[in-house]
Amino acid sequence: MYRYSDFDEAFVRARVAQFRDQVARRLSGALTEDEFKPLRLMNGLYLQLHAYMLRVAIPYGTLSARQMRQLALIAERWDKGYGHFTTRQNVQFNWPRLQDVPDILDALADVGMHAIQTSGNCIRNVTADHFAGAAADEIADPRPVAELIRQWSTDHPEFSFLPRKFKIAVTGSPNDRAVTRAHDIGLRMLRDGSGAAGFEVSVGGGLGRTPMLGQVIRPFLPEADLLPYLEAVLQTYNAAGRRDNKYKARIKITVFEHGLAAFRDEVETRFAEIRPEFRGADRALLAEIRAAFAPPAFARLPVGGFEAARARDGAFRAWCATNLAPHREGDHAIVTISLKAHGATPGDATAAQMRVMADLAERYAYDELRVSHEQNIVLPHVPKAHLPAVFDALAAAGLGTANIGLISDIIACPGMDYCALATARSIPVAQAIAQRFAALDLEHAIGPMKIKISGCINACGHHHVGHIGILGLEKAGVESYQITLGGDATELAAIGERAGPGFAHDEIVPAIERLVRAYLALRAGPDETFLAAFRRLGPAPFRAALYPEEARRDAA
Amino acid sequence: MSRRFTPKVVTASDLRQGDVVWLTADDRWTRDIAEAELVEDEAHAELRLLFALGQPQTVVGPYLADARRGPNGPEPMHFREAFRARGPSNYPHGKQAVRG
Ligand code: SF4
Repeated sequence: MYRYSDFDEAFVRARVAQFRDQVARRLSGALTEDEFKPLRLMNGLYLQLHAYMLRVAIPYGTLSARQMRQLALIAERWDKGYGHFTTRQNVQFNWPRLQDVPDILDALADVGMHAIQTSGNCIRNVTADHFAGAAADEIADPRPVAELIRQWSTDHPEFSFLPRKFKIAVTGSPNDRAVTRAHDIGLRMLRDGSGAAGFEVSVGGGLGRTPMLGQVIRPFLPEADLLPYLEAVLQTYNAAGRRDNKYKARIKITVFEHGLAAFRDEVETRFAEIRPEFRGADRALLAEIRAAFAPPAFARLPVGGFEAARARDGAFRAWCATNLAPHREGDHAIVTISLKAHGATPGDATAAQMRVMADLAERYAYDELRVSHEQNIVLPHVPKAHLPAVFDALAAAGLGTANIGLISDIIACPGMDYCALATARSIPVAQAIAQRFAALDLEHAIGPMKIKISGCINACGHHHVGHIGILGLEKAGVESYQITLGGDATELAAIGERAGPGFAHDEIVPAIERLVRAYLALRAGPDETFLAAFRRLGPAPFRAALYPEEARRDAA
Repeated sequence: MSRRFTPKVVTASDLRQGDVVWLTADDRWTRDIAEAELVEDEAHAELRLLFALGQPQTVVGPYLADARRGPNGPEPMHFREAFRARGPSNYPHGKQAVRG
């Protein structure tokens, strides 16, 4: 795993010291809120609906056991005993007091963590495939590249005041688990005909008010050109992006307004200019970083006990069926730990649960954990021989839910339970849907299903790319939920279509149930997923299920 | 004819804790909306907001929120204000924890 160098350590400590001083000056009255706000945001500190919220960066979602334990300690000492893992592979603490935040940042720095660039109009935390370095289908581990981009973008003087925030995602697998096409820049690692490594670069993706999928701006960018090319894209955006209208300031609008061809020409011109300035230091650094991401020495343990346990124990078998993914080593598996127990808050883990996960990582999984954008925790490398013990320990901690990829594995943003920007709540909708389908005992019959919920148009809950997306809005003084259908977050990315008028808070769960029952009745067989059935049948039969009265009126 | 003025409370976030506070008639900040001053006159509301804006060392982001007179004091009107006065719906945290 990558470890902070002395330079990183000194940089983070200096930042904490600066922020400690800034907080003291705010409390003494030397700084006004207008002066202080950009400073606190640069350090991940928001003021939300009920309290301050501290967003901590987890670069490309990778954590060690020691780091996870420190998050547990912070949750207990300075918060309310839990943390919220987000769709940006970060963690948020919902209740810190202002005067405690410098101490929290110091505690983070003790384990090589920080909250820098988790807010503001800069290059945000770089995200990556949560199965990186482990997945059987991977071409190469995307994290060294993500780390290189993190180092390049941290405090980059030219890109600290962009027109708007900027998000980069990297995947090293043809099966895109990092939603790259919904990012300002998406990088897909490839090899060309001669086997040389490079990237397909897409630009201008983003959800939010104007959802757009990224368009390919360079089908194959040689690896050596990565940083100068990124710099050329950022320069072009920095100069051409709109600063007059916050809602038109993201690069997706710049690309849309200028057209991809014109934008690309400008990028290529700048790229040709700056490429000679990159003389190989970036390449040398990448090689160093790569060495730090060398895979663990995989233990060779017999898998017979695992097979026997699976044959014997139904609960373990069910969990294996949903929560394991193929590892590149046949005698290992990737374990996804569900933070979606039916009725729980998606993405939340208590301090005790964090410690259980940290202990398991240390004992059985080479000291590595990941945060997925789907708000679960991943143990990327687990010898199959250890899986029964891992499952037992998880189940004892309330972490053994066998529902990954199913209808209760819902992404939900904090919504109006926490977020100051929200127009409606998300969490109770997720809780109620999960509980409803658990009560119906239909979840396994339904099969693969992605429900994603956002509490406002900003779409942190990725609702546009949910098979079923739910967007919470306000209508006539009450919460109203709009449904979108047919979204897809994978390499076949698609933006869902709006189904029709919204539903009140107490109508949304029954509406989802009608929709899902319609799918069960309409599907060609148990192997046809909701998304496949929607693509085959189109929206009409699903709309009819959502709006039965309208369907009756039309038939009359 | 001018539209009827909807009564208001002055609300903000506490600078130190970050939690929700309301302005009382005797110039204190309370954590219980029922203790807040219900302002029924538009000009007076502006004055009270100015007073709140003059306390940047105590509160952040004061604003006027619609409220109505309830049996125990002012009550929030909009659901967002109701959530601020109560706390999140997934855990018994926030104001509901204090009131029990
Ligand atoms: S989608 Fe809206 S409500 Fe949800 S976290 Fe993002 S800004 Fe807040």
